[in-house]
Amino acid sequence: MSDGLFLSATDKKPMYEQIVEQITSKVSLGNWPANMPLPSIRELAAQTQVSVITVKRAYAELELSGVIVTQPGRGSFVSAQPDLQQQLKQQQLTQQLQQLVELARQLQLTDQQLLAQLQQKLESQR
Amino acid sequence: MQQYAFDMRNISIRYPHFAMENLNLSLAKGQVLGLVGVNGAGKSTTIRILMGLVKADAGQVDVLGYQLPAQQVQAKYDIGFASDDMRLYKNQTLQWHMDFIHSIFPNFDHGYAKDLLQRFELIADQKMKGLSHGQRVKACLLLVLARRPKLLVLDEPTTGLDPVARDEVITELADILRDDERSVLFSSHNTHDIEKLSDQIAFLDRGKLLALQDKESFVQSWARFRCQLLPQAQESVLGAVSIRRSGQLAEVITDQCSSDFAVVLHQAGFKVIEQHRMSLEEIFVANVKRNR
Repeated sequence: MSDGLFLSATDKKPMYEQIVEQITSKVSLGNWPANMPLPSIRELAAQTQVSVITVKRAYAELELSGVIVTQPGRGSFVSAQPDLQQQLKQQQLTQQLQQLVELARQLQLTDQQLLAQLQQKLESQR
Repeated sequence: MQQYAFDMRNISIRYPHFAMENLNLSLAKGQVLGLVGVNGAGKSTTIRILMGLVKADAGQVDVLGYQLPAQQVQAKYDIGFASDDMRLYKNQTLQWHMDFIHSIFPNFDHGYAKDLLQRFELIADQKMKGLSHGQRVKACLLLVLARRPKLLVLDEPTTGLDPVARDEVITELADILRDDERSVLFSSHNTHDIEKLSDQIAFLDRGKLLALQDKESFVQSWARFRCQLLPQAQESVLGAVSIRRSGQLAEVITDQCSSDFAVVLHQAGFKVIEQHRMSLEEIFVANVKRNR
């Protein structure tokens, strides 16, 4: 199965989120090219043994974030936005920056301390 | 064309030690409904009423557009029912049973039955008395699934099965999801199996329907928070289903989880340390406790 997803019930993330993440990474890696038709909601549900409503929710989120487009009556397709892969990576970076800030707050670092650490990291990777 | 696979309205039934009053339960066509409840909650009674095996004292039952129990003969051509206490003829083979079912239900699909024989690792020539519990459950399911019924009603389909057999059964049930004309009702106290395949979840306890909701909103709206109690912490929090305290720490369960709830908690003097999703099983237990 070339378009299979790997879902796990013991993963901390909810099923719909796992579906969203795995389809997003397939698209950002280029495995699922622009305009490729996605499996129908029922087909993917049967394949992955996940309820129809869960796949529906995942597709709705994927559409909201611009990864796929849904044409009523025809099904869903990988979005044809020219810079989609770039955008997805940017989204990922924004997310990780968010996590970075949260962690720094938990450690009660000042903004200067955080910036200094980031600066140091950037220099060491040059 | 009916839009419901079934619709039970204002169902009441009374037994010496069990009463069900004004139960309303329906399932849209093409959906999977999981019925969760402890032993004696009324799952089997609900299913028996739905199947026309028991007549309710009051209320209306509509299945696939037929009134039950009056039109149960017509309705049953399109209903497949399997329960874990179903008996087969022990001196007959599985092949005999398949031919027998075919003689009553002309749409019995022998090709599909053959596939299922292989996937369930059953032997057609084997007599029923030689089968293990797991093999018997799978044999019953085979006889039902091969008819491709419009409504599949399964009472505890995975109870007592080993993990591999359970996986085989779930795989076959998942295959039904491909067809938007077919609906499934299944009961279980294994909430894990229900959580996986169901679109709708119903919680039943002591003859009452505690909740009926689509699974995603269900799982989304319940959450557990581990909090640190601030000195000004209040006794109760709006929207909390339960609060357990232990020293400086508290565990708060809510059925109204949103980003606002963390703010509400904080204002009530509960500093959130962690937020967890809850499994369907935990939600069920919290729900039952609240309502008892």
